[in-house]
Amino acid sequence: MSMLHIVNKSPFERNALESCLGYALAGDSILLIEDAVVGVVAGNRFAGLLTAALADRHICVLREDLVARGIPDERVLEGIRLVDYAGFVELTVENDRTQSWL
Amino acid sequence: MKYTILVNEGPYQHQSADTALQFARAALAQGHEIFRVFFYHDGVNNGTRLAVPPKDDRMLQKEWSELAAQHGVDLVICIAAAQRRGLMDADEARRQGLDADNIAPGFRISGLGQLIEGGIESDRLLVFGD
Amino acid sequence: MSQTKQFMYVNRKAPYGTVYALESLEVVLIAAAFEQDVSLAFIDDGVYQIVRGQSPKALGMKNFSATYNALGDYDVRKLYVERESLEARGLSADDLMPIVYEDEDDDYAEKPSVQLVSRAEMAAIMAGQDVVLSF
Repeated sequence: MSMLHIVNKSPFERNALESCLGYALAGDSILLIEDAVVGVVAGNRFAGLLTAALADRHICVLREDLVARGIPDERVLEGIRLVDYAGFVELTVENDRTQSWL
Repeated sequence: MKYTILVNEGPYQHQSADTALQFARAALAQGHEIFRVFFYHDGVNNGTRLAVPPKDDRMLQKEWSELAAQHGVDLVICIAAAQRRGLMDADEARRQGLDADNIAPGFRISGLGQLIEGGIESDRLLVFGD
Repeated sequence: MSQTKQFMYVNRKAPYGTVYALESLEVVLIAAAFEQDVSLAFIDDGVYQIVRGQSPKALGMKNFSATYNALGDYDVRKLYVERESLEARGLSADDLMPIVYEDEDDDYAEKPSVQLVSRAEMAAIMAGQDVVLSF
């Protein structure tokens, strides 16, 4: 039993990502979409937090939202998986339920 | 897999309606079922037929209507949220003594119970909002 | 629709600045009629939804905080408040409304609906839900 946590807020603006990481359990998945994708750039202020979370949780980012915001794949923090909308759907199938951190 | 999708934000102001629409299309393309899309809060504004966006912009309301027409997706607008924001079908407009209705094709207005039913009947309930 | 699912309503926003708290409460009241297992989570600024002494009169808005007190009448008896969120905001349990329900199995004694839980406890409760709704 695992949960897909969906975050759509920039971590520079709101605390949704930090709250989410405080709740996501080992084996859960976290998907960053919309403005949240600015959080995955390697070397940013949240890289340490995300790297620590990657030890026992899956972190994914919606590639269409990265591309829209001019963030190339190679800037994404190592360990974070890029998914497209089809991959987003697959994540909702692989996990038993979802929680949106609005 | 059977999905209910909750849309909490209006079109254009926030990306959530776009994301919900893209997700719904991707899910349908994989053979999943969208049991219902429920529009709440400002999300009810996705259901107006009187929006006229610039020609070079997407027309979200129409895209929802097309999703309903092509895939039989049940698009439900919350009546309480709709009344607050002036989203009316012909019956509701008559009941309220108003001179116009503005609901787009494929949408229907109903109660919050439709959202709860979606949560009970579906395998997954996804929330898109701000 | 005979199956019972666990529904959790997650509240992370303060009231009045946006409509989410009020319209979330409206969902909870409707949901009660469906005889599902309902609980509410108050996290982050959401804890302000149930603090005492709310008075939005000068804003021209309706004070809907009293409605939380009526939740017991709708068989909504599980209001979980994250302790870390309270503490981070300089609040304690004493700052919250004394929301209660009447226990029909105990001579209708009034019992508290609000339970303070740690983040880890809340995460475990959340993990046990079938449907998590956030507004």
